[in-house]
Amino acid sequence: MDLHTLTLAGARRLLDEKKISSRELTRALLDRIAAHDNTINSFLMVDAADAMARADAADRQIAAGNQTVFTGIPMALKDLLCTRGMRTTCGSKILDNFVPQYDATVVAKLKQAHGVILGKTNMDEFAMGSSTENSAYFPTKNPWHLDYVPGGSSGGSAAAVAAQFCCAALGTDTGGSIRQPASHCGVVGLKPTYGRVSRFGLVSYASSLDQIGPIARTVEDAALVLNLIAGHDPMDSTCASQDVPDFTAGIAAFEKQGLKGMSVGIPKEYLGMEGIDPDVLAVFENAVKVLTELGADIKEVSLPHTAYVVAAYYIIAPCEASSNLARFDGVKYGFRANHADDLIDMYKQTRSHGFGPEVQRRIIIGTYALSAGYYDAYYGRASQVRALIMEDFSQAFDACDILLSPVAPTPAFRIGEKMDDPLTMYLTDIFTLSANMAGVPGISVPGGFSANNLPIGIQMMAGRFDELSLVRAAYGMEKSLGLNRLFPTL
Amino acid sequence: MKISRQEVENIAHLARLEIDDQSKASLCEQLSGILDYMDKLAHVDVQNVKPVSGAAFMHNVLREDAPHPSPGPDVTLANAPKKDANYYLVPRVVK
Repeated sequence: MDLHTLTLAGARRLLDEKKISSRELTRALLDRIAAHDNTINSFLMVDAADAMARADAADRQIAAGNQTVFTGIPMALKDLLCTRGMRTTCGSKILDNFVPQYDATVVAKLKQAHGVILGKTNMDEFAMGSSTENSAYFPTKNPWHLDYVPGGSSGGSAAAVAAQFCCAALGTDTGGSIRQPASHCGVVGLKPTYGRVSRFGLVSYASSLDQIGPIARTVEDAALVLNLIAGHDPMDSTCASQDVPDFTAGIAAFEKQGLKGMSVGIPKEYLGMEGIDPDVLAVFENAVKVLTELGADIKEVSLPHTAYVVAAYYIIAPCEASSNLARFDGVKYGFRANHADDLIDMYKQTRSHGFGPEVQRRIIIGTYALSAGYYDAYYGRASQVRALIMEDFSQAFDACDILLSPVAPTPAFRIGEKMDDPLTMYLTDIFTLSANMAGVPGISVPGGFSANNLPIGIQMMAGRFDELSLVRAAYGMEKSLGLNRLFPTL
Repeated sequence: MKISRQEVENIAHLARLEIDDQSKASLCEQLSGILDYMDKLAHVDVQNVKPVSGAAFMHNVLREDAPHPSPGPDVTLANAPKKDANYYLVPRVVK
């Protein structure tokens, strides 16, 4: 059997039935990574010895009948999640030698469940980017076509899942960084409600927008990962104390009644937009058809402030980043420039050599927008526009259960194509930014392919803490289209 | 809005970044383009709109002010680029 083809749920069944061991599964995936990741470059670091030790420990738990859903399941982690004793670089040279002294809460939960950590995946430096080209180490390639980007910033995690290097992966999403790479790589990506998952131990980019979530092969697997990582954490004061349902109940709800009684809103501002690729539109129109056939009630809704989302986001996120990234000063951890004349010079040299161009650009934008004389015009105004965007979503979800949209205006673009023009890159985030601004959950589920065989995803968003509706609708789409059974040939 | 070289230098200093001359020119151009785009926010009617600073439920999160064990200096300073006993070392501040 080709063990790499197993979904998380499928691997769980075989592990429980003792038809495979975690050792065999982990070995098979490590071998596959060794054979193919030198072309895809999805991992920044693979710790085979640690993974095998965890697999053996998991096998002992299974033998004793003590397993949970994640016992022995090999996972990949985006390299901005702190892993105790395991290097965590954030895709940056400034953290090249950083070895965390504690685990992020999501990592602790995975370890507690006796999950297996295969390694840390590549990303745009500090999660700033939409293509993984901003990694200080190397760009990751799209497993469907090596000349194309996997999307970003969780491009390494999405590529690793698509390439069948791991059962599932964790990514983070500040403006689409789970959903967009999932779309470009033909896998499922779920950004939970802000506050659903603890951010403790996630290296912060924009704290009011960041959220950790699953990237997986199937909607069921994504729901299982969310089951593992969701829930209140006293270490993150923004982490919600809401009850955590079993998210796979959304699948049961679909099996019972399809999408009957579910209303799906299509934001009219999205469809009139210029620059949407015809293949993306065709996939979107097909998704509308599928959801209708499944019993959903389709209606038009309005998000009146859509035209201002990119501008408001690209003020707020860099402002928060400029503040969050002030901690990288060469004093407490990470890279320090030697031969500085004095303390200020040491800060400057450390940061200028340690941060890449996009990170420096966003720090500069954020510092500018927060500086005396500009605060009201930029950060203040963007925060007011954010309130209006949140109100748009609140009204839309009074009228419907989920919103349907493309994930990105185009399929994956060619490596290098947009690197010289930051603003054009920012504009490609138009469909995903709003969920972060409003704090609502969003999912990207495979919807079809472009003419040149690149995956195209469909985005669904729901009201706060209503991930169950996303799971139900996305599972319906997945079951109807059957795209989760297609994988790139490596 | 056109950003001058001088402004880029001032902001870079505030952000504790050192930008080389070549990057300054391209940054002026890129930032001007980006900020021009941001100017569209001036067209939104935000009168009486209360700004939001986040998407979390806005309430105070309190806990007992109880002592917890500290990880201690060995752990805390494990990643320090330069240290001396239990202190971080930095370049001389006082001349």
